[in-house]
Amino acid sequence: MNWGDFFAMRGYAFYIWGAYGMALLIFITEIVAVRHRKKAALQQLRLLRDAGVDE
Amino acid sequence: MAINWFKYSAPSTFYGLAGKLIPWFSWSAAILFPVGLYISFFVAPTDAQQSEAYRIMFIHVPASILSMFIYLVMAAYAALGLVFNTRLSSMMASALAPTGALFAFISLWTGALWGKPMWGAWWVWDARLTSELILLFLYLGFIALHASIDDPRRADRAAALLAIVGSVNVPIIYFSVKWWNTLHQGATVSFSGTTMHVVMQQALYTMLLACWLYAVAVVLARVRGIILERERKSLWVLDLPESKQ
Repeated sequence: MNWGDFFAMRGYAFYIWGAYGMALLIFITEIVAVRHRKKAALQQLRLLRDAGVDE
Repeated sequence: MAINWFKYSAPSTFYGLAGKLIPWFSWSAAILFPVGLYISFFVAPTDAQQSEAYRIMFIHVPASILSMFIYLVMAAYAALGLVFNTRLSSMMASALAPTGALFAFISLWTGALWGKPMWGAWWVWDARLTSELILLFLYLGFIALHASIDDPRRADRAAALLAIVGSVNVPIIYFSVKWWNTLHQGATVSFSGTTMHVVMQQALYTMLLACWLYAVAVVLARVRGIILERERKSLWVLDLPESKQ
């Protein structure tokens, strides 16, 4: 079996890679979003402290 | 009682515990995903009836199972928050909702891409597909309701009610899978002891475990962000080394 045959998936390439590709895209996006959220929360904390805001 | 479980119901202690647990779950998932994909694509043989298309199962079934499991865990945390008034339980429910919604979406998306070549339709309004779509809407409703109420504690209570009432949908999805068993049964039940079934099961369970480990890691990471957002008035948050940099 060569790689061309593997990626062709006997004609089901669009469906199989479409399914796994979307899952991969979602996992990566979610990880990036979660990291961004924590970073933003920490940024907010620093801003509050630096401003001396005693909320 | 040897272990004081309530110790970890405090956001301040759980923040640190979650931080210690995340690498273990992340690395286990990072190792198991390639292993599961390798078994799914290189070890598991071509199916006699569905050819290669059946390989969508190895992401579709774990995503579907987790979308239902995460909902029940979310509803349980929401109920705990409602009954015991523990902030962390409600934060956990909020942290679980986006991941559950994404698994429900992956389930529907991969199901559509499997349904088109096998059934000739991206979508049919049968009990299984419809109840899974309702599950996605319940997640989105939980997130939207929580976001629409300014007071976080009131938002927790309102969203908890929605989560608890909506959990009725999970057994409906589960039993609809049994009623419409033509597509779903093959890999999870072994009829004979053939290597083909065993390998497919190994691929499926490895992918399920990998997805579960991923879900735990990403939910713990999200709850840490939520704790920082909601506990920003607390002194312990301001004393964290990462908030001082």
